[in-house]
Amino acid sequence: MSDEQTPPMARREALKVIAVAAASASLAEGFSPSIADAQQPATPKPKPGVPSGVPVPPKTGPRGTVTDPDLINPVANWPRLLSAAELVTLGALCDMIIPADDKSPSASTVGVPRYINEYVSAPYDWAERALVSVRGGLSWLDVESERRFTKRFSLLTVAQRTQICDDICYLPNAKPEFRAAARFFDQIRDLTSSGFYTTDAGMKDLQYIGNVPLAKFDGPPPEVLRKLGL
Amino acid sequence: MVQASPKSQTDYDVIVVGSGAGGGMAAYQLAVSGLKVLVLEAGRSYDPVRETPMFKLPRQAPLLGAGTKHKPFGFYDATVDGGWEVPGEPYTNAPGTDFKWWRSRMLGGRTNHWGRISLRMGEYDFKPKTRDGLGADWPLTYDDLAPYYDRTEMLIGVYGGDDNLENTPGSPPGVLQPAPAPRATELLTKKHAAPLGIPVIPAHLAIMTQRQDADVLPKKIHPNNPLAQKVLAQSMRQRAACLWATPCGWGCSVKANFQSTTVLLPPAMMTGNVDIVPDAMVRELIVDASGKATGVHYIDKTTRTDRQVKARVVVLAASACESARIMLNSKTAQFPNGVGNSSGLVGKYLMDTVGAGIGGQIPALENLPPHNQDGASGMHMYVPWWEYKNQLAGKLGFARGYHIEFGGGREMPGPGIFGGLESYTNGAYGKRFKEEARRYYGSFMYFSGRGEMIPNEDSYCEIDPNVVDQWGIPVLRFHWKWSEHETKQAAHMVKTFAEMVTAMGGKVQGTVQTDGAKAIANGGQIIHEVGTCRMGTDAKTSVLNQYCQSWDVKNLFVTDGSVFVSNADKNPTLSILALAWRTCDHIIAEMQRGNI
Repeated sequence: MSDEQTPPMARREALKVIAVAAASASLAEGFSPSIADAQQPATPKPKPGVPSGVPVPPKTGPRGTVTDPDLINPVANWPRLLSAAELVTLGALCDMIIPADDKSPSASTVGVPRYINEYVSAPYDWAERALVSVRGGLSWLDVESERRFTKRFSLLTVAQRTQICDDICYLPNAKPEFRAAARFFDQIRDLTSSGFYTTDAGMKDLQYIGNVPLAKFDGPPPEVLRKLGL
Repeated sequence: MVQASPKSQTDYDVIVVGSGAGGGMAAYQLAVSGLKVLVLEAGRSYDPVRETPMFKLPRQAPLLGAGTKHKPFGFYDATVDGGWEVPGEPYTNAPGTDFKWWRSRMLGGRTNHWGRISLRMGEYDFKPKTRDGLGADWPLTYDDLAPYYDRTEMLIGVYGGDDNLENTPGSPPGVLQPAPAPRATELLTKKHAAPLGIPVIPAHLAIMTQRQDADVLPKKIHPNNPLAQKVLAQSMRQRAACLWATPCGWGCSVKANFQSTTVLLPPAMMTGNVDIVPDAMVRELIVDASGKATGVHYIDKTTRTDRQVKARVVVLAASACESARIMLNSKTAQFPNGVGNSSGLVGKYLMDTVGAGIGGQIPALENLPPHNQDGASGMHMYVPWWEYKNQLAGKLGFARGYHIEFGGGREMPGPGIFGGLESYTNGAYGKRFKEEARRYYGSFMYFSGRGEMIPNEDSYCEIDPNVVDQWGIPVLRFHWKWSEHETKQAAHMVKTFAEMVTAMGGKVQGTVQTDGAKAIANGGQIIHEVGTCRMGTDAKTSVLNQYCQSWDVKNLFVTDGSVFVSNADKNPTLSILALAWRTCDHIIAEMQRGNI
């Protein structure tokens, strides 16, 4: 989901704090806080004792390889493999799993199908297997929809979609002919919740309020301790 | 103050191979003593101030930041070119062995991503054989190392409590920083573990809960050394206290936690006595006809050319297995089995930490009022080993202990956050799924044991005669076997954790493995490899003396985890740092005396 943006307030504030901390540190001592800077003066000149055979190291940073990616500017730069039609079916299914309610929007609204496409298209062995099961599941879903209601899944009413989902939402209860579909459904449920609850809207829905810089860590507030009997 | 040697004889006083905990500490201590130091690092240069992805969110990373084979601990993990596989630098396993060898190839090595858990070894840990007849004793005592623990903790900044329990030493007043307030999950665990006789106390982590006193500490740490006091004070003023957010494993751009690259190498560089050459992978040691080390032979990875550098003293701190590899690959007529290996013990007695764990769902944690529990990202409390007496009495069936690391609760949502919710909710989807997610969020905890492994004859590394890496350097081949002391300990771990989860009114996730051989993590998986060049009291049964000096080569020293004689449950980094400092004091004194 590296194509989303909108850094939240928390992050801007955090960066401000870091900038202040770094600036005050270097102002206090007039000294670069950076090791790379320390070892690479502006005009490199040979230090006494450095044998001429020892190279002066270049200023380095991430090389952009898979084992040394740029962590500040991440990219997921592999081709996406799901078709537009597959993404439509997938979006409809994601929204059956996480629909909009009074607390947060639906999965497709915040880009969850894009994340699942990134996931199944990734250059890893497990992704090749996930691509097969997700593609196969989406195909099954449309075929089953046509069979029951003569329309693709995305064109069904919520009640019609629910009829299919009820058959495949819980593996232990699924009839033998729906077991493969139930595994697919659970896979999409996991991926949808991963994609959804890592967005700002999803984190807000769960009331995760961390990842903000604090001057002091106080521990749990009294109402939490009371509820836990502590 | 030691005078640098005449440049006509040697270019550097000391070559330090590696820049992690042991190498960083050696570079710092030797440089503030006035010695000219060359640090060779096999990985690239790395600057945590510029490169740490502070406050980044999972959704901004590929695959929501999930771990892959290229970044096993997640996309944002600080590790560069590392993991259990390093591109172009393979290792092999003997048949039946599945050892995992973690490395990173970056300035500061593994100190950039480690867990920061900083527990002192206790008095039993230095004399395990005396206590229970197994393994081997260290050639030093807790009291020998205690002053170095004190100074190391003040230098790097470690938070912790004032407990002083059996074989779990506390620190003298004024050494540790205040422990952070416990989280709800930690307090709940403490309450329910107490009736089981399991203590939950403040953990010790190398994270600063307050800024260091740069006016006072440097004078306490380095009495009578104005240069050391000056650079350390400068360095301390550049460090901020913890911001209570963003994971330590990604690195820390404000230098609130310990990384060699933020805490040791900057003041070492400020002395003007240190040169660091990154991308310099040491191939072998160079030894002269008299059997003295004269330097090292390394490959400059950026140009793929071989180079040699000379010094009066060589310090190996390349990590336990890598230092053993360098010694084993350094063969001369005098040392046909590798430099410093007349004992035949280089590579032997390889140890890792015993690891096993379970998760639990705790209904009491459901629907808690929202609150920020991020804290110092690592644990604020932990469980030290509590069964010393029953164990010594033979009541447990395994000889050594473990500590418990635990956590969970209202952590930042990440990939896989609700994997498995199907079984808790009978397949919920739709609006009910969202309600269930709100209910279950924050109610999951994990418990991990970290226990002592006893060194054995079947766990070691050697040179594989058939395989070289992309630099043409012969690679390591691993042999590994757990004994029943470890597998029974792992079974005890998961049984205990299940009891703790149950005592908290929770339900264990998955099944509790009663077969310890199935519960235990693979060798190498906990990333605490130590013991391949062990210290000892005589040259036949050890590689190094108590000052980590080679018995065979007087000017060769080792300051990484390979020197360990045993591997107590205490995470090794703090002890590596303290031992490296003690070794440097010996190097400096021996150079002053003209012995090396």
